[in-house]
Amino acid sequence: MQSIYFNKITKGVRLVKRTDLKIKMAAIGGLRRLCKISFNAVCQNNRLKASRLCQYRAFRVNGILHQQPFDSPTEKPQFPGASADFVDHLEFIQPNVISGIPVYRVMDRQGQIINPSEDPQIPKEEVLNFYQKMTLLNTMDRILYESQRQGRISFYMTNYGEEGTHIGSAAALDPNDLVFGQYREAGVLMYRGFPLDLFMAQCYANADDLGKGRQMPVHYGSRDLNFVTISSPLATQIPQAAGAAYAMKRENSNRAVICYFGEGAASEGDAHAGFNFAATLECPIIFFCRNNGYAISTPTNEQYRGDGIAARGPGYGMLSIRVDGNDVFAVYNATKEARRRAIAENQPFLIEAMTYRIGHHSTSDDSSAYRSVDEVNYWDKQDHPISRLRHYMTARGWWGEDEERAWRKQSRKLVMEAFEKAERRLKPRPELLFSDVYQEMPTSLEKQKESLWRHLQQYKEHYPLDLYDK
Amino acid sequence: MSLTSFSPSWSDTTAMAAAARFLLRTAGSKASITNVNSCVHSKLGLTPLRVSPSCIPHAKTQKRHAAHFTFQPDPVSTKYGPMQKMNLFQSVTSALDNTLASDPTAVIFGEDVAFGGVFRCTVGLRDKYGKDRVFNTPLCEQGIVGFGIGLAVAGATAIAEIQFADYIFPAFDQIVNEAAKYRYRSGNLFDCGNLTIRAPWGCVGHGSLYHSQSPEAFFAHCPGIKVVIPRGPVQAKGLLLSCIADKNPCIFFEPKILYRAAVDQVPVEPYQIPLSQAEVLQEGSDVTLVAWGTQVHVIREVAAMAQEKLGVSCEVVDLQTILPWDTETVCKSVVKTGRLLISHEAPVTGGFAAEISSTVQEECFLNLEAPIARVCGRRTSWTSEFSISPPIRLNLILSQYMLTTEIARRLFRMH
Ligand SMILES: Cc1ncc(C[n+]2csc(CCOP(=O)(O)OP(=O)(O)O)c2C)c(N)n1
Ligand SMILES: [Mg+2]
Repeated sequence: MQSIYFNKITKGVRLVKRTDLKIKMAAIGGLRRLCKISFNAVCQNNRLKASRLCQYRAFRVNGILHQQPFDSPTEKPQFPGASADFVDHLEFIQPNVISGIPVYRVMDRQGQIINPSEDPQIPKEEVLNFYQKMTLLNTMDRILYESQRQGRISFYMTNYGEEGTHIGSAAALDPNDLVFGQYREAGVLMYRGFPLDLFMAQCYANADDLGKGRQMPVHYGSRDLNFVTISSPLATQIPQAAGAAYAMKRENSNRAVICYFGEGAASEGDAHAGFNFAATLECPIIFFCRNNGYAISTPTNEQYRGDGIAARGPGYGMLSIRVDGNDVFAVYNATKEARRRAIAENQPFLIEAMTYRIGHHSTSDDSSAYRSVDEVNYWDKQDHPISRLRHYMTARGWWGEDEERAWRKQSRKLVMEAFEKAERRLKPRPELLFSDVYQEMPTSLEKQKESLWRHLQQYKEHYPLDLYDK
Repeated sequence: MSLTSFSPSWSDTTAMAAAARFLLRTAGSKASITNVNSCVHSKLGLTPLRVSPSCIPHAKTQKRHAAHFTFQPDPVSTKYGPMQKMNLFQSVTSALDNTLASDPTAVIFGEDVAFGGVFRCTVGLRDKYGKDRVFNTPLCEQGIVGFGIGLAVAGATAIAEIQFADYIFPAFDQIVNEAAKYRYRSGNLFDCGNLTIRAPWGCVGHGSLYHSQSPEAFFAHCPGIKVVIPRGPVQAKGLLLSCIADKNPCIFFEPKILYRAAVDQVPVEPYQIPLSQAEVLQEGSDVTLVAWGTQVHVIREVAAMAQEKLGVSCEVVDLQTILPWDTETVCKSVVKTGRLLISHEAPVTGGFAAEISSTVQEECFLNLEAPIARVCGRRTSWTSEFSISPPIRLNLILSQYMLTTEIARRLFRMH
């Protein structure tokens, strides 16, 4: 305790504590002034001390950031938290500095390239792959949605109308890039090659489910495909994705992170945390917002008052763009460029993909209670990402009625086969209830496992144990 | 055996009365005594019982105001090589230093950690290891923990600092719904076992409402995380290094009152103290005393006092890991002594003592010779010392007297 080192440190602690207190007192002082309570000299004194402290801190911060030198004669504000000019007229900043952030697109609604220089020139084979993945996703959605209606699986969420955002972004990434998703991005995983069998296994929570049957349907994950397992709490993945991107930056591995979320989830505090951390800590990440117009029943005009999600980017010091999410090439271009720059420049990008959730929120929702059939029909019939890409392919003579008919038949067959296989499969072993809580099994859990086991042995006839894997 | 002896309010009242008498003798302030009494009365609606003088030690310790305990250094052992005198924050720094030196993926981050942290735990580390490894984050606890989870998922060793345990609640969702369940929900495809969250914890005298809390019980309800609390510098380093190496997300609560007050000879080289293992600090035959963190030092004094004043032999157990906790060591001790007293700073209702008590009752019912006693925080919440709040004074200054009174009254029915 007597060592010199200790004494120095102790002084440091005291200094910090005292200054902390002063700041707090100054804040209280401010509060009282607001309340128009007359204030005495003691607090005056504290305010003075606090301002001196600010200077001290400012000096330290400026020392690091190399801002304006203090003896600078220029009439520039010296506040450590902002750099701009003084003005001498009172004016509030308008919330929409520009009148609406524009929507970037490559194709018009008829699938025609608008500006040839923006055409990503994706080869025919890859375009057909886009189309097949988008339609296969659509087919899988139909079958799984129906199977929930028939009581075969417990729950489902469709991706109808958002296929362009999934495939366009997934195609622009490197397979090694890590994906943090929300729950309506099955197409990203499908594009990466997640087999139908595993989609089905997860929805059926059968013994083949990589997640060991522990989560509700659509909570997919794949280590091999760098797709972090989905979790139900909204927006929690956003700061996590920033952290993962920071790790990749330190590894110098030429990998980026993409983080998907809905415009509803973007209202969560975690979204703010993730954006701010990624910007200040310079993380190579793409924040990909699917703005599909609704968060369950809540329309966007009850979700936010600013210009969508893209408008928040500048507030965080983040490069941002709004794209037409139903234009798979626009999504592709934006993601590709964001990825390239995120890695090259170690900074985050925000992409807001405008789209529309054509399906109900989930099988627990009936959206006719809060939106019109006409509205849904418009997007389904007039502005659908799948039809837009099909127009593009048809115009090039890459795809016709015959191909369409054959593919529909084939894709349906693939999905049905996987579906039937998953349905026949046994459920995961009951002991899997207890593993993976910790890396090792603590004694208390071991005891609970044994007690459940004894119980199941004793009362076997009351439990459908034959449905479970041994 | 009268029925009333089982009523908690009875013993509470007794202890409070004892405390009030002590305050009368030490503080010498009429105002505060009146406060104490009125507090007891209005809260419990009972008249304090008379306490026999034999239970209230007329200690020479009456002048203790700043700390309510005496830190006992750990016995010096050269098992892990050269030692250095370190206080608790220096032993934490030493553990972090060892980690950064040996693990190139390790990073340390949080509010104000770059310049050394408000409690000085990260002093010098940024300069030694670079600003990409020891860095400030924006002021946002859910961000700090979320960011740490992501780092760990991507394979890095993430050591997050929450500036005070009182401010961990914005990160509660990230800890409870995310960190704790990452491995389980992904079927072991992904985990954040490389995440350790450090936070200064517990009362410190002037900490008041929001710099004093002991929130371990909130996390003890949550399978998937580990919660660890050291009692001094030697344990702080060894347990922190175990948390960092452990393949599960860990919360490491550091008793902030000990940062400077506790000094040990601490090995300079890295070493680990196993998690989920309680330590028996003193063997005894009549009653088992269980605590963790700062309160360990209080129960050590209680053991001495109980021996001296009551002729009771106490076994002193430092639980060290709150989750998953070492039921075996505690139960084995209770089987031997037949009596158990658990003490923690956090409020008694739903506190971790309740869990220990319930488990011991299940496992050792036939060995118990008295009801299990819990002497824990009784205030609804902290108030500022400067407003001379009687409850905080009671907790800060008088705990060992309360505990000894409890041993006499409840565990041995002495009058
Ligand atoms: C923290 C949290 N709050 C509430 C919910 C319930 N919930 C699930 S989805 C959802 C709407 C999300 O909307 P959005 O982010 O726009 O995604 P979308 O469904 O439109 O794809 C809500 C409120 C949740 N899962 N997590
Ligand atoms: Mg939405």
